[in-house]
Amino acid sequence: MNMPFYVAPEQIMKDRADYARKGIARGRSLIAFCFVDGIAICAENKSSTLRKVSEIYDRIAFAGVGKYNEFDQLRIAGVRHADLKGYAFSRGDVDARSLANQYAQILGQIFTHEMKPMEVEILVAEIDEDDGGGDQLFHILYDGTVVDEDMSVVLGGETEAISDRFGELAEAPELADGLRRAVSALSGPDRALGPAELEIAVLQRDTGRRAFRRLDDAEVASLVEH
Amino acid sequence: MNLPLFRPPDDPGPNFAELLRRSGFENQASTGGSCADAKIPAVDYRHGTTCVALRYTDGVLLAGDRRATSGNLISHRSIEKVFAADRHSGVAIAGAAGPAVEMVRLFQLQLEHYEKVEGEALSLEGKANQLGQMVRQNLPAAMQGLVVVPIFAGYDVKLNEGRLFEYDVTGGRYEEAEHACTGSGSLHAGTVLKLGYRAEMDSGAVTDLAIAALFEAADEDSATGGPDPIRGIYPMVATITAQGYRRLDDDELAERTDALIARRRAQ
Repeated sequence: MNMPFYVAPEQIMKDRADYARKGIARGRSLIAFCFVDGIAICAENKSSTLRKVSEIYDRIAFAGVGKYNEFDQLRIAGVRHADLKGYAFSRGDVDARSLANQYAQILGQIFTHEMKPMEVEILVAEIDEDDGGGDQLFHILYDGTVVDEDMSVVLGGETEAISDRFGELAEAPELADGLRRAVSALSGPDRALGPAELEIAVLQRDTGRRAFRRLDDAEVASLVEH
Repeated sequence: MNLPLFRPPDDPGPNFAELLRRSGFENQASTGGSCADAKIPAVDYRHGTTCVALRYTDGVLLAGDRRATSGNLISHRSIEKVFAADRHSGVAIAGAAGPAVEMVRLFQLQLEHYEKVEGEALSLEGKANQLGQMVRQNLPAAMQGLVVVPIFAGYDVKLNEGRLFEYDVTGGRYEEAEHACTGSGSLHAGTVLKLGYRAEMDSGAVTDLAIAALFEAADEDSATGGPDPIRGIYPMVATITAQGYRRLDDDELAERTDALIARRRAQ
């Protein structure tokens, strides 16, 4: 009879985490930050059809990096969760915190119990209706760790270098200023990213019930370059 | 409420009604199925009443009266029968108020859910077909007396024109080129529309015609409410154009209704 080799649990977890991190680092990164009228999410993405940033509910947005099919599956589950909850109770009862916890449960479960962890990092963002005081950014890692971020967050590979270039936000900037900073942080010193290689969406206050809006290439160009 | 994850063969796709069924909301998934076996007395529910829709140069207009009745009693004076379905379309309903409002709510959610899951809105044709399926699903309840007959109107962003669709109780869908009406006062309202309609009307002219049609319907049909200046209740009117759905404010409607009454007095 074959006896399985003993592998220390620390080693198993470390191997899985390395595997997930490697997968995530292969993809491109994104930055989310609070600006005066809401939250902006700026991703490096050459495709204009396979989205990294999308709408979940009236005031909630989703962004994912890593393996597309895996975070897209999570995105759709989030849309379903939010729509079902809004239908069963009321639209005001749908919130990012509970959705972030659900994501954390699923990612944690998959990380410890499945053959392969999900190679994703996701962001659930929610804007406060009145002012920026209640804006929320939940950063959820491949192992189910949830981090409640303050003003900005970087997801994906090379996060440290990008965060250093982006810096800390003392107060919420104007959209154009924040975007210029985010784009130059994502590009780094050796290259420049144009509107076609960027996917930018905002959750903006005072734009009606559905706060989520994508910025098209022309709008990105006018905001970033001048 | 946990995260609804499905295995690929069980995945409901962008269909919200199917998602409801698979998540244990079986009774709500179709507005009619669950009460098919119940014996419901024919007079004991609220009845929605006259709604009209017209095409004009910039798009379409939807209008409806504000009265709900239970048998021969007025159960609500300011009910709304015209709803935005999404940014570029709207629904007006006639029939049993409970199932009708629930159908609209499911329809609105279905359109938004589809748009979010697929990343792109349904075509206007697709939305009209979707509503037809919902009306058809209500057929068992309709046989018990809980009839819901909507009008669907929207701005087709691909064809750049307003379009409107009428339904029958079996879910049959009929596109109308000029105008449509539904509800117990539709015979009278329809006659006014037919006589007053001209090609290339502007938004002011169609608003006046819709108000006149509802006024005449209220004059002849006890289940349709007329304007109520004492309480400040006027018919509800909404336009749908390339800029989207817009509800006309009560001040404008009050002004137009007063002008109509003044014209009648002078005659």
